[in-house]
Amino acid sequence: MATVRIQEAPFDTGAEIAALTVGRTDIGGIGCFVGVVRGGEGPGGVREMTLEHYAAMTVRAIERVVAEAESRWPLVGCTVIHRVGTLRPGDPIVLVLTASAHRHPALEATQFLIDWLKTRAPFWKKERTADGVAHWVGAHAKDDEAAARWESSGR
Amino acid sequence: MSARPVLVLYFAWLRERVGMSEQRVDLPPGVNTVGGLIDLLAASSPGHAEAFAVRATIRAAVNQDFATPETPVTAGDEVALFPPVTGG
Repeated sequence: MATVRIQEAPFDTGAEIAALTVGRTDIGGIGCFVGVVRGGEGPGGVREMTLEHYAAMTVRAIERVVAEAESRWPLVGCTVIHRVGTLRPGDPIVLVLTASAHRHPALEATQFLIDWLKTRAPFWKKERTADGVAHWVGAHAKDDEAAARWESSGR
Repeated sequence: MSARPVLVLYFAWLRERVGMSEQRVDLPPGVNTVGGLIDLLAASSPGHAEAFAVRATIRAAVNQDFATPETPVTAGDEVALFPPVTGG
């Protein structure tokens, strides 16, 4: 049921929503999250971001997170698209769509999916800032906390 | 004892520090876990030693499943070593 794709090319959010809903009458709400490359001002502002991934593992890892979401909420459709390669500020980087009969499952599952994708899918970001320095992005404790929140809440 | 080859893959800054994206390793007797393999690799060159200096920053997957230092490793396995993931 779920669509999971890794691609270098941009995605069209409207087209993906249309693909998720075409011919369906059981959907009452679509949850949508689009992650975007954030730039920033000054010498530390990001100019370019390159995403590396473990191609043999990535889709399977994401499908596991989707399966977990499907076990927690009554979803009738789900799309996850994650881009790799070199991106610039303003570029969309990840798309999460969920479809359900009602809004709350769709919205909650969307937040769950992006929180868990951040800590359970094998991607790594390297940023190049305006001062020309390139560095690997470190894991953020707040991402771990956001992901862990879903462990304790039972949802 | 017969050879026990595994394929080790490196990602992100770990790949840059060891200077290669993959290597084949023959598991010696007594090396049967991810942690044991990392100890073996860390002792294999100065670059590896530096890359693995802070073990708490190393994550692993065995045959495309997330693993821990205690996860068993056996002949034919694909063992990926990498920093904490930063996607999304």
